[in-house]
Amino acid sequence: MNKPPPSLRRWVFEPDPNPPASRLWLVSLLAILAAFLASGLIFWAYGVSPLTAYITVIQGTLFDSTGLAEVLRRFIPLVLIGSGLTLAFRAQFFNIGAEGQLLMGAVAAAGIALFVPLPAALVLPTMFVVGFLAGGAYALVAAVLKARLGVNEILTTLMFNYVASYLVIYLINGPWQGKTVRGFAYTDPFPPAAVLPTLPGTLVHWPTLILGLIMTVFLQLLLSRSVLGYELRVAGANPTAARYAGISATKVVWLVALCSGGAAGLAGVGEAAGIHQKLLDPSQISLGYGFTAVIVAYLARGNPILTIPTALLMAILFAGGDVMKVSLQMPFRVIDALSGLLLLFLIGSERLVEYRLRRKENPQ
Amino acid sequence: MNELLSVLGQAVAFGTPILLAALGEVVAERAGVVNLGVEGMMALGALAAFATAQTTGNLLLGLLMGVLVGALAAAIHALVAVTLRANQFVSGLALTALGLGVSGLLGQHFVGSPLLEPLPGAEFRIGAVLLAIGVWGVLYLTQTGLILRSVGENPGAVDVMGISVVRVRWLAVLFGGAMAGLAGSYLSLSYRPAWVDGTTAGLGWIAVALTIFVGWHPVRAILGAFFFGLLYHLAFRLQGRVPSEFLLMLPYLLVVVVLSLAALRRQQGAAPEALGLPYKRGER
Repeated sequence: MNKPPPSLRRWVFEPDPNPPASRLWLVSLLAILAAFLASGLIFWAYGVSPLTAYITVIQGTLFDSTGLAEVLRRFIPLVLIGSGLTLAFRAQFFNIGAEGQLLMGAVAAAGIALFVPLPAALVLPTMFVVGFLAGGAYALVAAVLKARLGVNEILTTLMFNYVASYLVIYLINGPWQGKTVRGFAYTDPFPPAAVLPTLPGTLVHWPTLILGLIMTVFLQLLLSRSVLGYELRVAGANPTAARYAGISATKVVWLVALCSGGAAGLAGVGEAAGIHQKLLDPSQISLGYGFTAVIVAYLARGNPILTIPTALLMAILFAGGDVMKVSLQMPFRVIDALSGLLLLFLIGSERLVEYRLRRKENPQ
Repeated sequence: MNELLSVLGQAVAFGTPILLAALGEVVAERAGVVNLGVEGMMALGALAAFATAQTTGNLLLGLLMGVLVGALAAAIHALVAVTLRANQFVSGLALTALGLGVSGLLGQHFVGSPLLEPLPGAEFRIGAVLLAIGVWGVLYLTQTGLILRSVGENPGAVDVMGISVVRVRWLAVLFGGAMAGLAGSYLSLSYRPAWVDGTTAGLGWIAVALTIFVGWHPVRAILGAFFFGLLYHLAFRLQGRVPSEFLLMLPYLLVVVVLSLAALRRQQGAAPEALGLPYKRGER
């Protein structure tokens, strides 16, 4: 048989039953690029040239030493929360409440720092432990409602974000308002023993950074090398099979709620003890880390260790939001819009992974 | 007596945007599509309506733009969650972030210049109730409604009959967006005729919870929405006696309580069978 003439060959877009892993990453990369192009439209509508915005962000974050430190500072909460969320999403527990769990961690840290007399060496470790428990317990409420009553955890965790936020506002305006702050809405500063050390000249509280990196490794091992992790993976991938295998769905939900909420709580301790050194307005404690960490976890495709690169990417975006606020006078809200776009493009492009573009001979 | 009437009036005024948005969500969810983007679509609709009314001076044109932009925002959800079959919950959540972000950003130019002649609210309130009855009529008395509900219960069966599941779901989601846009327009043209970032104040989330609470029933949504409106108003009147933060917390706690109560009553048995599941021909 002769080869058919070129005119009879054409490109077809066909389903691919076994997509290679590389295509997933390629499509994700293209989706991220497309999301940034689309966000250009928003910049333009606001009256800022998209090109100027991109250049300002890249220069202000990656090619600037203070900018790089800012990226690293944002990386800390994102990697902590993101690695916890990968576990939750793996188990199909959609914890959207990391923002609230982070705030609970910060509240717990402030409570210990300001009101509990402890030997100096024990203050910070206690803050981290109690912060973990506070964030975990807050997530557990949603887990119990889901496991016992079947209440959708997306809605409950989301609502608990608002509740936690108003709780912080109540505390800093009411019972916990500082005696020395002359009516401002925040607590007294933490005593020195309750303040995390930072890299000189930056806001990078390195103990939390190391904690975050250890967390990714620990959770990765838990997921891939332990019985609990195995049960979690089965329960997430096939709940029916898990039930027949005698795996308790309740136990899995409780475990992932505790881990993801606890990790967010740790992030809250880091922000309170490392950056602000007091409890203050919730919008200043967290700038939407909880929601952005959803993207971090989603991009990492359920692998805690992969949240290191994905959290770095979103940290650049966050630091970019700061740069845009300062250099281009854009409100920080711009980060919400960019995060939303990124997530939409990422989940929308997922379907494309299952297809391939092939040159095919025309059936004639 | 007058006191009681004024309380009820306030309850209805506050319940109206919740009712409008919930009606849209009832229709979308009856077709099997959860849209958690209500809050974002509402915010975009509110800004579009306000910006148009402020720049052209034409309130009705503003209303129209609010509805259109709401539907346009919903088209994003329809594309991602219906056509591309992505996770409906994540897509809606992303839409809320996008909507709140874009409206907060572009609304900057309109902060601090209220409308001098807002739209009267009475028409909205009566209109919302009539719309609820209309939605009930369409859902339960017409063939269109039968098809829509079937798409939410058993999309495969509808597909076999030669009706496009994707098209029905698109239309239902677009209607949901238009209603959220209408709710937003009511907020920015009539209820609080000005633009402030965060003007929707969680009302979109309450509409989502209400949809579940009333068992996906448009007429019960009327009572549910006004009940929520009443609670809001009572919370408002308690100001000064209770720290205001607890009152502000209340609607969000209520959503959780309401969802738990609905679950306790096994209300979720009333949920459309295919709710939240993307439809692909040849797959169960």
